[in-house]
Parts: sequence; C-alpha cells; structure tokens
Amino acid sequence: MMIKINISSNVIGEPILAESMIETRTALNISQAHFDSTYGEIIAEVETDDFKDIRQALESKGAKVTVLDHPIVRDEEECVECGACISVCPAHVFSFDEDWGIAQDIEKCIQCGTCINMCPHHALSLEK
Amino acid sequence: MVEKSIEEINRRINEGNVNVVTAEEMVGIVGELGAKEAAREVDVVTTGTFGAMCSSGVWLNFGHPEPPMKMNKVFLNGVEAYSGVAAVDAFIGAGQLSETEGFDYGGAHVIEDLIRGKSIDLHATSYGTDCYPRKTLDTTLNIYDLNQAIMINPRNGYQKYNVATNGINRTIYTYMGSLLPNYGNVTYSGAGVLSPLSNDPDYQTIGVGTPIFLGGTKGHIIGEGTQHSPETNFGTLMLRGDLKDMSADYIRAANFHEYGTSLYVGMGIPIPILNEQLAQSTAVTDKDVVTNVLDYGVPSRDRPVLRKVNYEELRSGSIEINGKDTPTSSMSSFKKSREIAGELKKWVATGEFFVNSPSQRLPAKATCKPMRQTTRNPLVQDIMARDVVVIDENATFHEAAKMIMENTFSHLPVVSEDGKLSGIVTAWDISKAVAETGCNYVKDIMTKKVLTSNATDPIDIAARNLDMKEVSAMPVIDNDRYVIGIITSNDISKLFARRR
Repeated sequence: MMIKINISSNVIGEPILAESMIETRTALNISQAHFDSTYGEIIAEVETDDFKDIRQALESKGAKVTVLDHPIVRDEEECVECGACISVCPAHVFSFDEDWGIAQDIEKCIQCGTCINMCPHHALSLEK
Repeated sequence: MVEKSIEEINRRINEGNVNVVTAEEMVGIVGELGAKEAAREVDVVTTGTFGAMCSSGVWLNFGHPEPPMKMNKVFLNGVEAYSGVAAVDAFIGAGQLSETEGFDYGGAHVIEDLIRGKSIDLHATSYGTDCYPRKTLDTTLNIYDLNQAIMINPRNGYQKYNVATNGINRTIYTYMGSLLPNYGNVTYSGAGVLSPLSNDPDYQTIGVGTPIFLGGTKGHIIGEGTQHSPETNFGTLMLRGDLKDMSADYIRAANFHEYGTSLYVGMGIPIPILNEQLAQSTAVTDKDVVTNVLDYGVPSRDRPVLRKVNYEELRSGSIEINGKDTPTSSMSSFKKSREIAGELKKWVATGEFFVNSPSQRLPAKATCKPMRQTTRNPLVQDIMARDVVVIDENATFHEAAKMIMENTFSHLPVVSEDGKLSGIVTAWDISKAVAETGCNYVKDIMTKKVLTSNATDPIDIAARNLDMKEVSAMPVIDNDRYVIGIITSNDISKLFARRR
C-alpha cells in the first residue's frame, strides 16, 4: 500500500525515518521525497502487514502518516485512450493494453495529480 | 501488371462480394502474397486517424431573426465566432477561447455541445442598416434549429507529425501536451500504419471529391490542406462534412493545459486498390513512417532536431534520447483510429459506402514556406546595456552598495574568481543583508540561480522570461558564462514606448 509521511519543522533535522525502519525492521520503498528546512513529505510503498508498526513508530517520533487510498479515477466516457497520461506519470500507473486501450495499475498511484493536467479530455480526477 | 477500375470495385461493393481490409491487415497480406497477388485479392484498404486537429471549425447558418440583422460580432456560449461574411453566417473555430472561461471552454467545446444536441446561448451585435436594422440579439438554440452546420477542417490528415520533447530545466506546456524538464518525456501524434496519407503518398486515389469517414458520417476531401507540404512528407487535406450527422464518439473537445483548446477529429479514407503500386504503398508499416524528434524547449520556428525516429519505436513505450530511455506518450488515439478503419471497412463491405476517382489530383509539388517578415525583430543585443559592472563574489556587501550607488544600476551580476557568472545581487539583497546581520560577503547574499539571456535571443523571448519569473533584469552571457551585458525590463519598456 502507498502511504504519505509528513515531517514537520520541529523534527526535520532528526533521522526519524531511518530510526523507524530499523526499529520495526520494515522496508519502505520511497517513490517521492521532498525536503526543505521547514517541511518534509515522503511518498512510500509498504507491505500491508507492516503498516501498523511503521505508522506507530513514525507517529511516536512526531511524523504524520496518511494512507493514500484515493487513487486517480478515470472517466471511461471522457477518455479517448490516447495515452497522453502515460509518459508524465512518475509512478508508471498507466500503460497500453494489447488492444491499445489504457491499462491502469492503481496500486502504484501516489496521487500527485500530474496526469490530471496532461489529459486533453479532463478524464482524470482525484476524487475524495 | 494488375489493373482494376473504380467501376469494377464499386460493382463488387454493390454485389456484396468486395474484399475490404484495414491498412493494418494489409501489411500481413502483402507480406504473405506479395504486392501483385495482394492487388488481385484486395479491392479496398481502409485507414483511420483520431487526434487533435486545431485547424477545425464549423460554418453555421442561423436563419434570419425578426427584425433582420447583419451580425457583426457573434458569441456562442461566450466564444467568438467569425462573422465577417453574410448576415447570419458564422464560422466557429476549435481554438477560439471563451471570453469569460478562458482555457476551460472554447470553440471545440461549442462544437461538441452542438453535436450532443445541447442548447447554446447566442449573443450577437451589429451596427444596424436600413435593410438590417437590428443591433443586438440574444437567443438560445441547438443544432436542429440551424439551417446548416458544416464542418470544415482547413488542415487535417497530416501524413505524419513532429515528435516533441523538452531540453530546458522546467516543464513546458504546448499543443503537444506537458513536456517534462531535461528530456523527461516525449509526445507524438499520428496513426503510423493506419495514417491515411502514408498509405497513398502519391495521391493516386486521394484527391478533390474523395468520399471519406469524418466524425462518424460520410464527408469529402475538398482539396489539399493549408501548409500542404508533400515534398517534405507533410501532406495535409482540407475536409468537409455535415456536423448534424456527426457523433461525439468521433468528435471530441480537448484542453491542452496552459495552451488552449483543440478538437479531436476522427477521419478515415478508403483506398481503392487499382494496381500493385497501391497494394505496395498500403503495406506501409509503423517502422516505415519516419519523423523527427524536436526540442520544443527552444522557442523558435527552427527547433533543433535531436534524432530521427519511426512510429514502431514511438509506440514501444520509450525511445532513447541522449543515451537515456525516455517514456513516450501518444496524443492521438490508436484504439480510436483502429475503430474508424474498422467502421469504414464495415460500411464498404455492407454496400453503404462506395469509392470514386478524385475529380482533381492534389498537388504533389509544394512546400510550406515560413512567413515573410518585413520588419526585423529586435534582439537582446540591440538594446542590452554593454557597460555592465560586475562584482567579485568575495567582495563585501558594503562594496556592492557603493558600486550600485556609483553606477546607478540596481542589479549587479556576481562573478567567481575565473570571471564567470555565479550570481546576482540587487539593492534589495543589500538592504536585507543590512537588516539581518551576519552576512558580510556578496557570495552570502547573492541569488545563485540566475536567470540569464543570450545576446541573439529575440526581445519577445527575453520579455516572456522576465515576466514569467517575475524578475526585472537578466545578465546577458556568452557560451562560456562571461557576462557581456545586462537587459532590464526598463530597457524593454523603453523599446515599446519608442515604437508606439
């Protein structure tokens, strides 16, 4: 499953991510990370069985953990299956199937929204 | 030598024993039987394409209101339609944007809404004449209320199209979609193996009067398209079809982020196989259709060509650019193109659609010329300040302040020991340094990511960069990053003030 970890300014200098991984012996597969002096945001994949432990470890150290369970939605009526979305997705959610239709691997979606602007037909949205 | 006539093929269509295949299927047939035998076997090959065609619009005739009016300005759902013709005709172009909704709604959306039978608000104004006294008009109408709604594509069916990528360090937004920084992705358009003009590149059967599939109904080719350039393999077609019979399955409005609106148009051409030469040309594959990858990061008509590429490579999902595997995106739908070639095949096979000879051949000798420009665009080097003062990055901010005061510049390019540009300081940076003690040297207070310009850049490009980045000056540098001048928004304002 995909999770988002937010790290606020008061703990930004501390290695809480590494500590939590070592402590829980959990591997986080980080797909995006943004850090500056005031704020950190990480998108990572974690085994569903390990989620509870890593969340507890991270939150006890001052991070905020959110489950990314609202992946991109494709309106099949609007979509003309051109494939414009394929090359801009950092998580490789979209691809062509063998009939040149759009195949989606929703599990990979990191909800960044890059594909929404790329779609010429307004067929993609992040709905909550 | 196999020779067939149009009459013979139409007789077979009529009798229901025509052999029609799609251009994709033809590849295998010619591969297996050879061109000669394939020409004997196959009567018609169908093609198809479904992609963005900004060069599209619809002629509308509204009928006369009471009292009558010569409509000078016409707006449909807030989108202006051109009406500099007779009293109640207008041409709505796909790329025209709404006056109120901007990028979100345009002519393409009006066209799709008309096809879907939706109500459209019409607003028109006029100057009033003795024969047409009315000055303003507001009404609501739909496609069934119109006398005619005729789609015209001044340019469609591009034989192939350029491939886009972007070498600069920020995302750019184009009619080829969003192009990620540093060659992050590649976008292309066109149906390759199914591309109508690539299947009959000599226009043996494609010409004025050729019946075609257009937007889900039967349309016609009415001539070569604008920018028709067969000598560079960029032939185009001008098309006509009745919007009233079209379907939103094959005509779709589109938005290109930060660019504008466009119309996805479904089109297909049947190619009667009159001889072996046509059998051979309709066996064209994705691999045979070769085009150029251009760097759209260069804002010029003459964009650098990075490499050649064929449609097979493009459709594999990635191509190599500068040694890196780069993901590709298609902006046109191959699935829909296939659907169109399949639909057209069905029409021919069931005797609903016949072929004919063009009443006039399309020009085979033509190239698209660039615009003749009689006034020279000013370049950065024409207006930049050459007596630019630079400061060493190891100087103190006091020295920088002194230099600004003495030279009346408010921007100082900063250079490192080797004399190359390393940053920029402004009067504001110095004020900040004074307020926040602790930064004594120029290198501590300067902006390191400097927006720069080249001496040979057109002023329009420099102005756009200054505007987008919200800065007021750019050092002008040479290829080795030595500062040779500075251009400020003030210089540009002066240039424009002089012009008017």
